[in-house]
Amino acid sequence: MESSLFFGLSTVAYILAMVAYVSYIAFRKNGIGLSATGITIFGFASQTVAILLRWKEFYQLSGMGILRSVPLTNLYESLIFFVWCLILGYLIIEFKYKNRSFGAFVTPIAVLALAFINLSGMSTGIQPLVPALQSNWLLAHVMMSFISYSMFALSFSTALMYLISSTDKRNEGSYIFWTAALGIFAAVLLAMGIDWVRYGVGMKPDAFIKSYLFKSTFRNSSGFVQLMSYAGTALLVFLVWLSGSRLKGVIETFKLSPVMLDEITYKSIAVGFPIFTLGGLIFGAIWADQAWGVYWSWDPKETWSLITWFVYAFYLHARLLRGWRGHKISVVAVFGFVAVIFTYLGVNLLLSGLHSYGSQ
Amino acid sequence: MENQQKQKSLSDRIWSFLASIKLAIIVFSLIALTSIVGTVVEQQAAPEKNLKVLGSIFGDGLAPTAYKVLDTLGFMNMYRSWWFLLLLVLFAVNLIICSIDRFPGIWRVVRTPVRPLPPDAFRNMPIKAELAVKAKPAALRESVLSSIRGIGFNAAREDEEGGFQFYAQKHAWSRLGVYITHFSIVVIMLGAVIGIFFGFKGFVNIPEGLATNLVYANTGISSQAEFDERNKLLDIMDSAQGDVGQVAKELGVSVPALTRRLRHLGIVPLGFAVRCDQFDVDYYPNSDMPKAYKSHLTVFDGGKPVLSKWIEVNEPLKYKGVTFYQSSYGVLPDTSGGVAVLELKSAKGASDVERLKVGDSFTIPGTGITGKIDEFNPALNFDEAGNPYTYSPMMTNPAIKVSLKFPDGRTATKWIAKRYPESWQLPDGNIVGLTDFWGVRYTGVQARKDPGVWVVYFGCITLALGLFVAFFVSHRKIWVRVAQDKGGSRITVAASSNKNKSAFERQIEQLKTALLTKEVSK
Repeated sequence: MESSLFFGLSTVAYILAMVAYVSYIAFRKNGIGLSATGITIFGFASQTVAILLRWKEFYQLSGMGILRSVPLTNLYESLIFFVWCLILGYLIIEFKYKNRSFGAFVTPIAVLALAFINLSGMSTGIQPLVPALQSNWLLAHVMMSFISYSMFALSFSTALMYLISSTDKRNEGSYIFWTAALGIFAAVLLAMGIDWVRYGVGMKPDAFIKSYLFKSTFRNSSGFVQLMSYAGTALLVFLVWLSGSRLKGVIETFKLSPVMLDEITYKSIAVGFPIFTLGGLIFGAIWADQAWGVYWSWDPKETWSLITWFVYAFYLHARLLRGWRGHKISVVAVFGFVAVIFTYLGVNLLLSGLHSYGSQ
Repeated sequence: MENQQKQKSLSDRIWSFLASIKLAIIVFSLIALTSIVGTVVEQQAAPEKNLKVLGSIFGDGLAPTAYKVLDTLGFMNMYRSWWFLLLLVLFAVNLIICSIDRFPGIWRVVRTPVRPLPPDAFRNMPIKAELAVKAKPAALRESVLSSIRGIGFNAAREDEEGGFQFYAQKHAWSRLGVYITHFSIVVIMLGAVIGIFFGFKGFVNIPEGLATNLVYANTGISSQAEFDERNKLLDIMDSAQGDVGQVAKELGVSVPALTRRLRHLGIVPLGFAVRCDQFDVDYYPNSDMPKAYKSHLTVFDGGKPVLSKWIEVNEPLKYKGVTFYQSSYGVLPDTSGGVAVLELKSAKGASDVERLKVGDSFTIPGTGITGKIDEFNPALNFDEAGNPYTYSPMMTNPAIKVSLKFPDGRTATKWIAKRYPESWQLPDGNIVGLTDFWGVRYTGVQARKDPGVWVVYFGCITLALGLFVAFFVSHRKIWVRVAQDKGGSRITVAASSNKNKSAFERQIEQLKTALLTKEVSK
């Protein structure tokens, strides 16, 4: 498994790149910025090599055609590919807009995804393919879905940065929105962390989530603990709300203009939406038609893709026809990505259905 | 203006409501929100399952009430409920009416040829550029025209006092992209409706060696009487070998009426028969994970075999508009009808294939060794003490126990398994191999007829094209005016693009560079 060596290299590189990008916005030294870009490119190159090697290993092991051996068949492989797309998208933006500050926001997402792989102990081995996945549609459907997910992830981070950098009054609706969203996000991560420390070490993610998620906090058997968890969440939201202006200060040092952020948000969605429609929905329907004999069966994964599609259709109509700009439209983009996360992870881990491959 | 709006007739107001983006946004949100509930509550599942799901959300105390409320509202089978269908219809109506409403305006824009721009309008265009050059206007005609061609426009010229103007537009039709997209969604929904009314979705388990002339679909059965009627009709259908015409004659009803009744009871006659000749599973090496499972099906029409094919997941069979998909498989509850396929080989090379039932005897050709099959085990394994047991309900490792009798009077019993452990070789070089245990498994086949699927596919193709046009092709216009200015000329450029303005701005920059270099090279 030479591929794991290169995966390891890329993980280390992305962590270093994250540190470099953050210190770049702190010190604004060109040398640091250049090395951040260099490290990211190195990480991206070794990840590319790793994916290609894994593809080769899978091809030799499975004895199937090269197109059918694409390493996109489980949660681990899809997360790796997601990170790859995200970094590629980021590098393109860095070169196009000649601005590095944004890297301090994107590399942490990549590192978080890679950390999730390592901490959750999900299986990283090459697994044989169940018959339903042995199709040439796998490549087109899954790859295009993830390219669009990465575009949506980009639009999410720029929309959130837009909201953070352009609100300052504590009674403003969008200020409350982003502080609450960030507070809840932090509370959920914290609660999951507690569960993980208490029960989940070394457990498969789907089993962990099905049986233990939020058992130490929101779903605790004791009503008091439950109450305290909600109160704690409220407190956390309050704290973020109170200190939101500090975060704003940090983002302001990025020197990104709100107009540019808004434009990147729109462009990422304008590219992601058609790719998602074609690769995710249409190719998915054609494949389902071939494998299961129904092109649409209201399976949870299908339904959530449709929900995601509606949210982004809403974004596009509101922006292009009603001329929504600024706060309102950024809130929609944030919600869109919440739907994406649920389509990608939530459905596989929480709901049952035909698309259960991604949970191993 | 305000008065006019008040005087709008009721039908006008309904029309503009149905065409409004507001309705679109309401419908989008309602479909999305109700669908969320539909993914949490498992559809058409046993009540206990959803009670458990609801219990984990609302607590066990509230779960029954929550279940009752959701059930009454139709959420347990919501994608077929009247209100969800109504939402989908509203979605389609909104899409159609808003397209009809906006189409004439857009069509006018598409059809209008680009006109020269009055000089003072240049300032008001979203993209503009200006440069002064030394040559006279008359000397610039060719170079300006070829520069405009260089960025992909075919420009027309109009002469003005002391100069001229080139003007062009391209991809005006791209404004229709959004209508192609909307139209495609309606087409896809139409295809789905055709499928619902003129097609069916059925399922049938066919045991190895048997045939079926009907498949089972969702039923509308609501009473015990209907259930009994269904069983009776199944019997009659069986004895008439699936001939609906004959059954209709027997019962004294018309064929369409009988077909409708059968459909209501969840029975779909095929009009031909499908036999499962053989079912097979390939496993990944050293595991019980299926790599592929497949069924050899033969279609009999009018009693004669007309078509045979191995079907697999992702590889269906099609006959007379009905498609058969490999969906699942299983072992029959009664395995006594099973046939062991034995490969018998002597050490000297004589060989034979025998098909035998449990209890049957065989002889290895060219030797005096005889054997008898005593027992069958669908998934043989041995525990630590070496005792055989069945380790899986699926037939993952079929095996037979044989008693062997040798010419010298010795006897032996031996388990012979299809997959593992290696057990075919006898000590003296003779072979008793189990290549299959046939006739104890069924293949689960999904059968579907959907005449609307091509309409859906057509809609998908146009949807993809429409989206591409709507997002990536823009309607661009350009005007280049060359006027006498002092000793030379002033070139003014104005341009507009309905989307992706910055890309067009870069092109205009290119145009500027081209104009300057051409000027310099003179």
